[in-house]
This record gives sequence, structure tokens and C-alpha cells, in this order.
Amino acid sequence: MQINEVPYSDNSPSLSKQIASVARHLILIGVTLLFLLPFYWMIISALKPNEMVFSDPVQWFPNPIRWENFAEAFNYPGFPFLRFLWNSTFYSTLVTVGTVISCAAVGYGFASLRFPGRNFLFTLTVANLMIPGVVTFIPIFLLFKSLGMLGSYTPLILPSFFGNAFFIFMMRQFFLTMPSELADAARVDGANEFVIFWRVMLPLVQPALIVMAVFTFLWTWHDFFGPLVYLNDQSSYPLSLGLFAFRNRRTTEWGLLMAGATLTTLPLMVLFFFAQRYFIEGIKVTGLKV
Amino acid sequence: MLARNLPWLTMSKLKRREAVAGYVFILPWLISLLVFTLYPIITTLYLSFTNYTVVQPPVWVGLENYQTIFFNDPSIKPSVYNSVYYTLLSVPVGLILSLLLALVLNMRATGIGVYRTLFYLPSLVPPVAATIVFTVLFEARSGLINSFIRSFGLPAPAWFADPNWSKPGLVIMSLWGIGAQTLIFLAGLQDIPKSLLEAAEIDGANGAQKLWYITLPLLSNVILFNLVMNVIGSFQVFTQAVVIGGTTGNPMESTLMFMVHIYRNAFRYFKMGYASALSVLLFVVVMVVTLLIFRSARLWVFAEKDENA
Repeated sequence: MQINEVPYSDNSPSLSKQIASVARHLILIGVTLLFLLPFYWMIISALKPNEMVFSDPVQWFPNPIRWENFAEAFNYPGFPFLRFLWNSTFYSTLVTVGTVISCAAVGYGFASLRFPGRNFLFTLTVANLMIPGVVTFIPIFLLFKSLGMLGSYTPLILPSFFGNAFFIFMMRQFFLTMPSELADAARVDGANEFVIFWRVMLPLVQPALIVMAVFTFLWTWHDFFGPLVYLNDQSSYPLSLGLFAFRNRRTTEWGLLMAGATLTTLPLMVLFFFAQRYFIEGIKVTGLKV
Repeated sequence: MLARNLPWLTMSKLKRREAVAGYVFILPWLISLLVFTLYPIITTLYLSFTNYTVVQPPVWVGLENYQTIFFNDPSIKPSVYNSVYYTLLSVPVGLILSLLLALVLNMRATGIGVYRTLFYLPSLVPPVAATIVFTVLFEARSGLINSFIRSFGLPAPAWFADPNWSKPGLVIMSLWGIGAQTLIFLAGLQDIPKSLLEAAEIDGANGAQKLWYITLPLLSNVILFNLVMNVIGSFQVFTQAVVIGGTTGNPMESTLMFMVHIYRNAFRYFKMGYASALSVLLFVVVMVVTLLIFRSARLWVFAEKDENA
């Protein structure tokens, strides 16, 4: 490779630097606005009267603002969005609790305790990561059906208390990086393994627990397939499924539909606002995706 | 059974206590492996050779279900075509765009953290809600996107109402959610040692050369990761397709994805045996494709030890 000139010159005029900086920001702002547009459209459509959602010319700001869309959606006959909101919260919270408890415990078992067959079982766990749900869901459905649990949240929640491969793997890696001195000291003091896990180790891995909780909550909130398969009474639907049912039956009530979509999204925004750091870290460190 | 294990007998009391605790800790997962993984996989395989409509016990029919898949099911062709079309379009476009976006977000600019956060926001929107928002944006007559296209005097497609445009519509929609993927690329970009890029600069490399000879090779393992995850995900796309086209793949089976076809056979027609055969097939295809990608990785994923000398 030939060197034509000295490329590492820092004596460029500050004006061109400023232009470059402005250009960078223009690119960033342009792309960001494009990305946020559907978002903006959802929210302003939720505040428009029905006939104004598709208006010509395009209405960029709702006028008048119609807050009633939300009030009406809350108690819509047959589609009680407030009830859906509660169902989603209840469902996502329980799955999160189950996942965090089980995956932390199992991950700790694999990372810190020695027992015959450990490596073999851990290999099975890693292999499990690659098995898509499509080869297991029919027999699991039939199993819950034979137990008479269709139409309830039990099939959707119960499995989470038995762990999942991905988070067990993540927790194991996390526990492995923890120093063993603390646990050993507690062991010498006569603490049993369960006390060590609960009192000594869990507080140490708190960030990992939060990452796990935040993503499990988000995924469960997003889940559509599970509720679609297992639930049949409309009043027991979570938000995603309720919104879907509303769209299918009330095909022209666009304002209310957008209010429902906004309501389905808003709680996750609040969660994100408070736990932003854990979302971003979770994605970067483990490759977790939404 | 455990007592027959030789190490178990020769263990000290302390070690045995640790082992017992270990089994207690992993017990839930052991149950899960048996009940929610091993048993279902074997059962799916078994059911795929049976005729099972839930009301009566399964009847063994040998390879009949697989024969039906390959010769007698008129919905197979469109559903395979749609899923392959969707995967071949959404995966590469999504990869390239998220990589470009990550390069943009890796620039040095004040307030860059805010931009990074904003790009991730769309990924939080639940798929059902996001799809419904896009049905409004893509509305044929007076949706925002078509109003925009028409303002240039161009003909606007009917998107989800037109069988030729429904899948491109789905692909465009999928691009809205590339925020998480972008963050993974961004993390990869930030791991690239600055010293390498600076050294290249001193040697007279321009921006494109730095990208091609340094950034992309060092990012190739992240590209591999995103590629594999996206292929697996897009072969199994379900929610967006069902919200757009229902279980019949409206319009004209153009959004009938393979996963939707499995779903309706299992839970609409209650053909559990046939749906199991379809599931096995999808599983095999996903596995083979994943394996092929990993094989090909030897050719294009940069292995550090070879060239660092």
C-alpha cells in the first residue's frame, strides 16, 4: 500500500468540522424521526375521532383531541381493555417470578455445586437452546388438555416455574464469575447450601436477576401465540389477544383501536423508562432480543 | 439408580451432601427437561405418523401425513413460498440496515446515547399492536404512507389488500423492529480496538477500506450470530402474518406462512397428526439451514488467530 499524503492531519479548519458535526446530527435526527413516526402515528390516532384517522389532507396533530377514546376502550362492551390490562399484568408478573426463581436456582446448581452427571445435564441444557417451540407445543397442549387446564392461565404460567434453557445458561455463566470465597466462608460457618444461595449469592447477582426479570416480563407481555392457543373466554384475554379480537370484530373503530394499541404498549414504555440500563446491557452482553 | 454410580459410593459425606443439594437445585429443570422437552419431542415425532383428531385415540398411518405434505396439500406450496420469500427478503435487508444503523450510531456526536435509546423504542411495541399500527399506516386509500407516495404523483400499491404487495409490506414492517439487532452490532463495533483503525488510517486507508478490511472482518462473528437468530425467527413468523391475513392468509393466501398453516391444522381443524408432521418438517428445515450457515461461516467468519501474526 502506498502512502500518498499524511492523512492524519489535525489542522483542518474548525468550520468544516462544524459542518461535519451538523451533517452527523441531521442524519441521526432524520433516521430517528423516521423510526419514531409509526409510534407518533399510533398515539395521535388514538386521540382522534374515528373519522379523522384517515383524513385527507393528512392531519399531523389531532384537533380536537379526543381523550374519550381511552375512557371508552377501558369499558368497551365485550372488550374490557382495563380487564385485559390487569390480565396482562397478572400473567407477565407470575411468569417473571417463576422464571427468576427457577432459573436462578438451577443456574446456581450448575455453576457452584458438584454432583455426578452435572456436565451431561448441562450439555442437554445447551442443546435445549436450539430446539424451537414448534416441535414441542402440540404434545404440551394435549397434556394440559388432558389435565383439564384449557381456558386457564395455568398452562401459560406453570412451565415458567421449571426454568428455561436460555436464562439457566445465562445465570450459570454469571454465577461462575462470582468469587467462591464468600460462599466458602459461609460454608465453614456452617450455613447450608440453601442459605448460602439465598443470603450470600443471590444479592451478588442482582443485576443479572433484573435483566432476566425485565426481558421475561417484556416477552410475556408480547406473547400472542400462547394465549391464542390456551384461552377461550374473551374476558380472560391479555392485551395483545384482546386487541386482536377487537380488531377482528370492530373493523371500523380506528380511534379506539389505536387507543387499545397505545394502552398495550404504554406499560412497557414505563418499564423501559425505569429499567433502561438493564435492557441495553442485557442486549449487549447476552444478545437477547425482543 | 444413583447408588449404583461408583463415584457416589466413594464420595465423602460432605461431597455427598453437596451433590444432594445440587440435585435439589436443578430438580425443577430436570422435570422440565423430561415433561416439556423430551416427552413432547418424542410425542410429536410419534404423532406425525398417526391420524389424530383429539376425539379418538391416534391411529398409526405410517408415512401418510408426509405423503400428504409432499403431494396432496394445496396450501403447502403457497405457505412454503411465502415463508421462504419472507425469510430471503427480511433477513438480508434487516441485517444490512441494522449494520448501517449501528455504524451511524457509533459516530461520535453529542447526545448519541439518546439516539441509541430512541432506536430501541419500537422494539418494545408488542407485535400485535405494531402490526395493527402498520395496517393503519399502509391503508390503501388514505393511509399515511400512500398519501405520501401519491403526493409525488406516483401510483400507490394497496399493500396488505394486494397479494403482490402484502409480503413486501410485512418485510418493511419487520424492519421497524431492528433496534435490538442494531444494539448487538453496536456492542460489536465498540469492541473493535481503536488502535487497529488508527493504524490503518496512518497507512492511508480511507473510510471504505477501513470498513471492508477491518470493521467487517472483526464484526463477522456478530453478523453470524444475528444471521442465525434472524433466519430461525423469520422461518417461524406467526403473529404479524395472522394479524394481517388471519388463518387463511388473506389476501389470496399471500400471507399464509408455514407456521400459520401448522397452527390452523392443529387448532382449527384439530388434525394433530398432520400438524405434527408439518412441525417435524419445519424443525428439520430450520436445523439444516442453521447447520449450513455455520458450515459456510468457515469461509467468511474471521478467525482471529490466523491473521493476527
